[in-house]
Amino acid sequence: MAVTATDTHRTIDAVWRIESARLIARLTRMVRDVGVAEELAQDALLVALEQWPQSGVPDNPGAWLMATAKNRAIDRLRHRKLLERKHQELGYALEIEQQTAPGIEAGIDAHIGDDLLRLVFIACHPVLSTEARVALTLRLLGGLTTEEIARAFLVAEPTIAQRIVRAKRALAEAHVPFEVPRGPELIERLASVLEVIYLIFNEGYSATRGDDLMRPALCEDALRLGRMLAELDPRES
Amino acid sequence: MRFMIIVKATKDTEAGVMPEENMIASMATYHEELARAGVLLDASGLQPTRTGWRIRYSGNKRAVSDGPFAESKELIAGYTLIQVKSREEALEWTRRFPNPVGEGKEAEIEVRQLFELEDFGKSAAIERFRDIGTLPRR
Repeated sequence: MAVTATDTHRTIDAVWRIESARLIARLTRMVRDVGVAEELAQDALLVALEQWPQSGVPDNPGAWLMATAKNRAIDRLRHRKLLERKHQELGYALEIEQQTAPGIEAGIDAHIGDDLLRLVFIACHPVLSTEARVALTLRLLGGLTTEEIARAFLVAEPTIAQRIVRAKRALAEAHVPFEVPRGPELIERLASVLEVIYLIFNEGYSATRGDDLMRPALCEDALRLGRMLAELDPRES
Repeated sequence: MRFMIIVKATKDTEAGVMPEENMIASMATYHEELARAGVLLDASGLQPTRTGWRIRYSGNKRAVSDGPFAESKELIAGYTLIQVKSREEALEWTRRFPNPVGEGKEAEIEVRQLFELEDFGKSAAIERFRDIGTLPRR
């Protein structure tokens, strides 16, 4: 069977859907900024889109994307270090370099569940409007593109893009920590996560049959997020 | 869309030989990944056919015949049910499925897409299926 460029692009879409949440979660742990983490992940995706149609899809596409994004992260931090020489960032860079060392991979994987959960709580953070939480959750955890989200919610694509940009900025400005809330805060924050999942489901459920298939597909996205949350079980962390 | 990953039986599975610990571990790792991504619906190993039976319909008669059954290649030893966004996503997940009998050995898994109610024409009977609460709607 001949592998065409279109096939490779469809494979890359699928790999992205599988890997993007984990990739962004791990990168956020390193750079402590979900917006920057997502940009790094997107950068890695662009490199894949450039290279894979020629080179073929690597055996472990997730590891490939992670290595590429990490290199970008290190470049970025070195660049910033030269410009600003902030102690804090030196700390991050050291952390990244340590994490890049061989043998550490397995250790990071052991925490991936925690990192995904932290990402869930960031995407559904109360500093964001409900609309922003929904868009960011679908983008960061559901692996949907801005265009897919826009189609599903019958909103213009630039509107969703703006919403996501503003949400990421709001999170950075509020210095929202990359952590799972504890105690009474956990209950409150969990309610906010469940609300987001419910809203996504409802949006899909209320779509009529004649609509674009992207809308009913939201039900599946919501169920998927729900199953993900159940597996990550925030009450245990 | 849902897909079933079907693990084919082997002489060992039919003999009731339990898988080795490291194979179970790699299966656990794989299924944890599926679960964390929210795509895992169900998974299980099946007991050997010697504890199963078949019912044969012939004319108006139904005859029960007890296992075990021959032709082990055609038999099933386990399954994993996933729900994904696209056929390509299913393919990517299944590529990562660990060798069910242990790496380096001959084995085969088969992947089949499930029918969804939307795949059938509209009918009163299909609507009744839609109303059965325990079945996934989509």
